[in-house]
Amino acid sequence: MTDKHIEMHGVRKSYRFFTLDDLSLDLAPGEVMGFVGPNGAGKSTTLRLAMGLVAPDAGEIRVLGQPMPAASAIAKREVGYVSADMHLLPNATLGWHMDFVKSIYPGWDAGYAAALVKRFNLRPGQNARSLSLGERIKAVLLLTLARRPRLLVLDEPTTGLDPVARHEVITEFMDVLHDDSRSILFSSHNTVDVERISDRITFIDRGRLVESSNKEDFLDRWRRIQLQLPEGAALPALPDLVSRNQDGRFVTLVTDQFSDGFAALLAPHVREVQRMSLEEIFVANVMRHREVRGS
Amino acid sequence: MYSGINISQTDARPMYLQIMEQIRARVAAGDWPPGKELPSIRALAAALNVSVITIKRAYLDLENEGVIVTRHGKGSFVADANGLAGELKEAQLQEHLEQAAGIGRQLGLTSEELAKRLRRALESK
Repeated sequence: MTDKHIEMHGVRKSYRFFTLDDLSLDLAPGEVMGFVGPNGAGKSTTLRLAMGLVAPDAGEIRVLGQPMPAASAIAKREVGYVSADMHLLPNATLGWHMDFVKSIYPGWDAGYAAALVKRFNLRPGQNARSLSLGERIKAVLLLTLARRPRLLVLDEPTTGLDPVARHEVITEFMDVLHDDSRSILFSSHNTVDVERISDRITFIDRGRLVESSNKEDFLDRWRRIQLQLPEGAALPALPDLVSRNQDGRFVTLVTDQFSDGFAALLAPHVREVQRMSLEEIFVANVMRHREVRGS
Repeated sequence: MYSGINISQTDARPMYLQIMEQIRARVAAGDWPPGKELPSIRALAAALNVSVITIKRAYLDLENEGVIVTRHGKGSFVADANGLAGELKEAQLQEHLEQAAGIGRQLGLTSEELAKRLRRALESK
């Protein structure tokens, strides 16, 4: 037994045109993990596996200590899952949906639900059919958040939201984490959101985990270094290069193992050492990963 | 809800450094006096919509600098080391003087001319 909220070990799931393989990750209570990958990388498949919606071909999955998918019914009581393909009943109102969820989940917090209705600018009397895309996403999030689940699994929760709605929704996610026994796993294309609110970041590409690490580590280790070499000079051999681009005497290096020692090695030639945004790190990481895998 | 600290997306510095700088400024200005309790890590993370690990990093580095002290289970407080605010001001003064000296050099001012300008600035206050 561990107190991890999510544990996946050596998980494999094969479909006709896609295989998720050798996936291992874990999420501790109180943590936010951002799950980042290109379209079709396997993000949704991974989240569906974690929710017990599909069974793995190999490997082990535990959520809130329960084996998945065997105990999915038990775990799901305390897990809130939101994905883009969730539908509301078109002819029922938001209020009806709230009553419905309340009747199933004993943990429903009516006061919090009412506060969220206000903060999200929703109207309980409105039929789901007439909600805008942004309102529909916020309504589904409300129905999930007000259950106060210990674990939130969110598949692209901010996709389709305008900047104001995104801000409202992210504020609620962060509010959840006042309580250090709760955790969030969310996937997103929006690397700005991921960079801002994640404690840990996991990159995935073409069904494989590329890297999973503490966010501050990621941002500390990656640097783009611009060099200007003297006439006729060659670059010293350098370990830990992710990429290297030379244009005459001007060289651009990317490393994921930056340290003061690394900088000292190049010191006389350095024009600039730049930190990289998560988006830049993500792209460089995926490109290297694809090169190594030979495709 | 505490929201006086801002995170800029166009600032090249990482978020934890931006947070540290703004806390240091409040301590140096005396707005956050010695002994004042800082927001808890989770409360500040929620207020700024920034990850817990980022705030942890900022607090840890501020602690190493001696700006704040963290007592386990009790929270973080502005350090009451003697003259801490003074030390921060001192560092700030040094930085500004160096900048002024650099600009003076670019303008081709002699040391005497620059000193004269500083004296004039003091008198005009």
